[in-house]
Amino acid sequence: MADKKSSLGKELTKGIIKENPTLVMLLGMCPTLAVTTQAANGIGMGLATTFVLLGSNIVISALRKVIPDKVRIPAFIVIIASFVTLIGFLLEGFVPDLYDSLGIYLTLITVNCIIFGRAEMFASKNGVAASICDAIGMGLGFTLALFLMGSVRETIGAGKWFGMEIPVLSSNPMLLFIMPAGGFFTLGMIIALVNKLSHKKPPQEIECGSCDNCPLSGKCDKKEAEGE
Amino acid sequence: MKSLMVILLAAMLTDNFVLSKFMGICPFLGVSKKLDSAAGMGISVTFVMICATLVTYPIHHGILVPNGLEYFDTVLFILVIALFVQLVETMIKKCIPSLYKSLGVYLPLITTNCAVLGVTVLNIDNNYSFVQSIVNALGAGLGFMLSLVIFSGVRKKLEYADIPETFKGVPATLIAASIVSISFMGFSGLFS
Repeated sequence: MADKKSSLGKELTKGIIKENPTLVMLLGMCPTLAVTTQAANGIGMGLATTFVLLGSNIVISALRKVIPDKVRIPAFIVIIASFVTLIGFLLEGFVPDLYDSLGIYLTLITVNCIIFGRAEMFASKNGVAASICDAIGMGLGFTLALFLMGSVRETIGAGKWFGMEIPVLSSNPMLLFIMPAGGFFTLGMIIALVNKLSHKKPPQEIECGSCDNCPLSGKCDKKEAEGE
Repeated sequence: MKSLMVILLAAMLTDNFVLSKFMGICPFLGVSKKLDSAAGMGISVTFVMICATLVTYPIHHGILVPNGLEYFDTVLFILVIALFVQLVETMIKKCIPSLYKSLGVYLPLITTNCAVLGVTVLNIDNNYSFVQSIVNALGAGLGFMLSLVIFSGVRKKLEYADIPETFKGVPATLIAASIVSISFMGFSGLFS
């Protein structure tokens, strides 16, 4: 029993730092860049994504034996899209300000690769409890990365942090940082920093990971190329 | 009533999907290594965008709105997109096998390309007419292709650059993307 608990703990913590979905696995780049002009938006987006991830992971892991293998991708997409619709209603009703500032990117949670990736790689192979831990860990890791990005961009680009003015910076904000170009630049710098800190060989390209877990291994020719 | 030309150019240049709306970053970073695969990806995405708009617009205005079911948008749109991606994939595999090989895993991933879902949802949000929606989809697709093709040139140069160890790979690519994005800022204010 103790062994099981520690493995659940591991599922929970791995997403936060070691396998951070954004900074290490480089998934879900679109929302990371788009909504992080403010730290508060970053947290809002992160938590909304966590909610969807949690919901879809629970449903998919509960139904993993019912869904036939061939139609699993459309089935997963429909489950994810339903939860996105749900969170859209909740935010519109309770936090209309956040709903307005996230705008179209809220709908686009549907096509966030983190959620689809976790559904395919984890939830469709593991039990409900482990999937819940995995979803919370990954969601928090994503939220953390978005908060970090948002903080850097809001502090430098607008001279504020959560709306509070910062003495010196607010008189000379570097507007570029809240523009699209600043988003790419900040993310590049943060990933470089993570590489430096972890003393790891930096990722040379965006990899699809191990072919064994890959949903597309049947269609992909990378596997054959590696085998040659 | 915006003229069609303004919508087309705005979607291509000022509101470029990749560089100013951050949609479709994954294929932008993944497929932009070689010029021909960048162009192939651009054409397939443009095709899927136009087809998806052709189908989702009647679904939204003909079926969902009269019945008060607008909230089914996301679910139905993504299913339509998945269908068309499958179609394009089969077509490319049959007709241009070499392109199919070089696009690799990114081809089925057009389904989860936010630019495609984004353009169909934006058409509805902006209350575009049917023709305007199609022009907007065409502009968005061409803009996507333009940024991919331009960026493949930048990356070619980047390969020969002497970059500090920590910045090699993704960080350097992102910073290069930032500079390309600055150049696209020059178009802003072109149409108001």
